[in-house]
Amino acid sequence: MISTRLLLPLLVLILFFSFIISLSSGSMPLSSTDIIRSLFHPLPSSTTHLILELRLPRTISAMLTGALLAVAGSLMQVLVRNPLADPYVLGISGGSAVMALLAMLAGLGGLWITSSAFLGALFAMLLVFGLTHARGSWNPMRLLLTGVVLAAGWGAMINFILTISPDQNLRGMLFWLMGDLSYSESNTSAAVILFTGFIFCWPLARDLNVLNRGEQQASVLGVDTQRLQLLLFFIASLLTATAVVQAGSIGFIGLVIPHLIRLLGVTDYRYLLPAAALAGGSLLMLADTLSRTLLAPQQLPVGIITALLGIPLFLYLLQRGNRTP
Amino acid sequence: MSQLLQTRGLTIKKGNRILCQKLNLTVNQGERWGILGKNGAGKTSLLYTFAGLELPLHGERLIMQDHIESLSRREIAQRLGLMLQDTPDPFPATVLQTALMGRHPYLSRWQWESQNDINLTRAVLEQVGLKEFDARQVSSLSGGERRRLALATLLVQSPPLMLLDEPTNHLDLHYQHAMLNLLQQHTKKEHAIITVLHDINHAAKYCTHALLLFDDGTSLTGSCQAVLTTDHLSKVFNTQIKKHCIDGKDYFYAT
Repeated sequence: MISTRLLLPLLVLILFFSFIISLSSGSMPLSSTDIIRSLFHPLPSSTTHLILELRLPRTISAMLTGALLAVAGSLMQVLVRNPLADPYVLGISGGSAVMALLAMLAGLGGLWITSSAFLGALFAMLLVFGLTHARGSWNPMRLLLTGVVLAAGWGAMINFILTISPDQNLRGMLFWLMGDLSYSESNTSAAVILFTGFIFCWPLARDLNVLNRGEQQASVLGVDTQRLQLLLFFIASLLTATAVVQAGSIGFIGLVIPHLIRLLGVTDYRYLLPAAALAGGSLLMLADTLSRTLLAPQQLPVGIITALLGIPLFLYLLQRGNRTP
Repeated sequence: MSQLLQTRGLTIKKGNRILCQKLNLTVNQGERWGILGKNGAGKTSLLYTFAGLELPLHGERLIMQDHIESLSRREIAQRLGLMLQDTPDPFPATVLQTALMGRHPYLSRWQWESQNDINLTRAVLEQVGLKEFDARQVSSLSGGERRRLALATLLVQSPPLMLLDEPTNHLDLHYQHAMLNLLQQHTKKEHAIITVLHDINHAAKYCTHALLLFDDGTSLTGSCQAVLTTDHLSKVFNTQIKKHCIDGKDYFYAT
């Protein structure tokens, strides 16, 4: 298909324009010439300061988080062979957020929050997969139900933690939870993790294509399914945890993006993974721009915007899935 | 003639039932084996155990003289393939993409499918009667077309030993015979097949050997002539089976 080859360059272009749009919109609208000048020939001025110190980190954070979630979602969907899987829906973001909040509550910072978030994500994955897989084969509906119920459980724990947290932390925690990009500081480590995760899973993309046809078919075609699924499990948890540390729990990016790319006719994971990273980055930059400008000067948590996109799609997929079992 | 599969004292247990007891089987190049047995007798488990998807309780499995445990999944896939009864397709994929997966065990990590691989796959799709189906979505295929696609994937893989789990399910009469004929042609070279069948007459017509799986886990193996007798078959299916000769050929039927 021609569109497969054109898609990646097209998505790079979209990423670039989303990047410019994200940088130029805000309380003080800027022209793209301002932006390009500040990025490439920074002169000490208030515009340069605004772009480099305030907008740029946030825009990059949105890009990275979007890419992390989209790739994590794509991987989880192969892992459970179900297009409804997403870090948020399955409660992975929730588990990760609980552990991160606990670390914050304990007054820990930096690396502690990251590693707690990772452990939380890993534990949440183990829980949802363990409970579903215990009785043999995957049942997609049971997996989803388990995930949704566990997500509700994580939500209750989050509420509990918020209740016992001191008032001065509360607003920040709450915003972070709903998906907030304004606190992001660790863009470098997020970029490193995204890059590493990608380097690990892209060479496995052909195995992922085969795994899509089920565990037995993949084994018979020469895939070491146990090792592959374990690896997917770890990478998906790590990517999700990084996204959660970066911006709280933002839902549905991991659901919407792979679906969108498949709609465009790309089903080969060798294209789908990079396409998901690019499109996820673009989508979250645009969603973040909307969340900053829609009710300006009021800022909305970006999780609200992504939920508005994701929930109708999720329901649509669920409907369609029911019709053709 | 070299051995493709050998089992020694293979015992398979599922739950509390012994499905297969101390099976000693040798499958050579050029042979076509039919497995016959009642529903739930353990025919599929037997195939899965041959393919290394399930573990036996006891016994050894040798694939082309090597213990299956000493081979990686990739090495196994270069020696044997299995056509499953059903494969899920939760994500969209085209017929060509799916059949092309048969090349997976032969491509190295960084290799992409070549034009040769694609041409080979197209030729196989034509053989199974899916010529103009390249770009069709798998989800739009009928049950019979899916079976033929699964067969195409196996033929693209073309391993020396081909295992098939009820390949003729969902197929109309024309394609049942077309498929078995195709398999017969394939085994004239260096291949062998082991297939689960429901129709005794298919086994009698297309197979060289038969494996009967009885309810109590015992089994009977040998050439079709020796094994496919009305006594044995009546015992396997727990129902009276008779034989009738038409135009010099024996046909089996249940009474």
